[in-house]
Amino acid sequence: MSKKMNDSAMNKLNRIKPGTNILFNLLFVLLAAMCFLPIVSIFVISITDAGAIRADGYKFFVWGKDVSFSAYEYLWTQRQTILHALWVSVYVTVIGTVLGVALTTLMGYVLSRKEYKLNGFLTILVFIPMIFGGGMAASYVVNTQILHLKDSMWILILPLAVSSFNVTITRTFFRQTIPDSIIESAKIDGASQWTIFGRIVLPVSKPVLATIGLFLAFGYWNDWFQSKLYIDSNSLKSLQAMLYSIEADLKFLTQNQTAALTSQAALLASMPKESVTMAIAFVVAVPIACVYPFFQKYFISGLTVGAVKG
Amino acid sequence: MPAKKDPVKTAPPAKVKPRRRSHWTRDDTELSILALPTTVWYILFCYLPMFGIILAFKDYRITQGASFLTSLLKSDWIGLKNFEYFFNLPIFPQLLRNTLLYNIVFIVMGIVFPVLFAILISNIYSKRLSKTYQTLMFMPHFMSWVVVSYFVMAFLNPTLGLANTIVEWFGGKPISWYMEAKYWPYILVFLNFWKTIGYNMVVYLASITGIDQSLYEAAVLDGASKFQQARYITIPSIRPIIIMMFILSVGRIFSTDFGLFYQVTRGAQFPLDGVTTTFDVQVFKMLNSQGTTMGQTTAASMFQAVVGCITILCANGIVRKVDKSSALI
Repeated sequence: MSKKMNDSAMNKLNRIKPGTNILFNLLFVLLAAMCFLPIVSIFVISITDAGAIRADGYKFFVWGKDVSFSAYEYLWTQRQTILHALWVSVYVTVIGTVLGVALTTLMGYVLSRKEYKLNGFLTILVFIPMIFGGGMAASYVVNTQILHLKDSMWILILPLAVSSFNVTITRTFFRQTIPDSIIESAKIDGASQWTIFGRIVLPVSKPVLATIGLFLAFGYWNDWFQSKLYIDSNSLKSLQAMLYSIEADLKFLTQNQTAALTSQAALLASMPKESVTMAIAFVVAVPIACVYPFFQKYFISGLTVGAVKG
Repeated sequence: MPAKKDPVKTAPPAKVKPRRRSHWTRDDTELSILALPTTVWYILFCYLPMFGIILAFKDYRITQGASFLTSLLKSDWIGLKNFEYFFNLPIFPQLLRNTLLYNIVFIVMGIVFPVLFAILISNIYSKRLSKTYQTLMFMPHFMSWVVVSYFVMAFLNPTLGLANTIVEWFGGKPISWYMEAKYWPYILVFLNFWKTIGYNMVVYLASITGIDQSLYEAAVLDGASKFQQARYITIPSIRPIIIMMFILSVGRIFSTDFGLFYQVTRGAQFPLDGVTTTFDVQVFKMLNSQGTTMGQTTAASMFQAVVGCITILCANGIVRKVDKSSALI
């Protein structure tokens, strides 16, 4: 009790001045606004009437008769294409995350076993790619010429599944949280390494699984570079890929249209181009903007674990 | 980071096992099976590309009807010709300048501002407000560069953009942003700051909250001001993590964020290419151009990888000389 009193008294004593506090708060309000304003802006643009945009350009605020949801109505008519891209994104994210977590934790666990004979060798195997890689072009050649992964779903999934950084995080976590004695006693009871990993290690490792899973999920969801480099067919375009190609290829949205050519042209002409592009950007950005605050703490714990050197 | 002294977490070479048994056990077999899938992944996606750099020393020609490997073996060795081609590109000095200068600015800003803001935000009275600011500032980190390029478009669109609305409001002439190279160094530096500030601030804040509070109490009793506390307690306490972030970013000094330089600038085309083409952008352009051979492109990207590896080892070596416990390797 008295310790607590002491602490708060200490805190009161060792505080910045109230004026400075207000100043600091102001600074961070500005910084936070700067970081968050763009997503608000593209939303405002996406609900601005096409006529108003043509007349006055984009605005920070919009009200009254200038508000129009025609961009979203247009997207709704194109839902087939958009939902397909969404499906590609979700598919790649889910499969990639599951596969990535499995590959990462398996290696992390093996590296955390100090008595394992090949530990030194595998540690080096994982460590070297952290400082040296063949480079973008060599990877491209291998992926397309030797592994024949060009224009396939797997090129979106496999190359991003494992990173040495994540392996190091899991290894450090296993070393710190799982006492050797538990594993030794399980071994004496006749458990195989597979049983130990599945029954003992994984159940107590939820925090690190969540962290790695989220790193991977956000990575997959946000990835567009793999699509840009390797994907040609429209059926494999994710939301991000659709977004970067939207301007260059406005037809992309309408080409899956079963309607006749004339109505397609009419659709294109009637499309509120500016607000539609911003509406798609908003639709791609919003799931993440809504979701990340709930998972932020895992990211931060991941960062601090990762900050412990490998 | 006091936890760092823990012996289980030291660098890989240091963890030689004290009780290594001499013979191969069933345990080793089982662990090998567990490690197998990831090992295969590493071989396919990390080590094969390392051998792929053989291409850089060959005049790669496709032999009709043969597989890639046979064509590769049949192609002639041409030594360093592909590298010569790359170094003699008229744009090469520009690439070097862009890549290094941007990265130096990014590294300095990526340490000074996040550390400063982390110290400031840790002093705010209300923890709730502080959490809110952190969450909002973290947002850009989760946005892909493609999405960001549309954020930028909303501001810099020459006829409709918000930036020109502001410029005109102050009585200036509208600027065609995507045609004027002179603004882009500032725009790119700002965007990099914008995207990384929240993340980096939180990294430093996490280690600031881990500092032993009794240090500050003792300092207050000795009459230290807030500024002195930051100078003599906070910064020295987070020094290891500052150094680590520094080594990591110096090690990447020859690579840049492709999305920032290519996607945000709408393809790094003329007239912006002079100030936005970095090594990564150049390799990507070479990869997509008909005029360069695969060998030349591989040489360009290999140059980047090798020089990057050398810089990370040098940075680490210097840090090791100064302060051994902060070194990465």
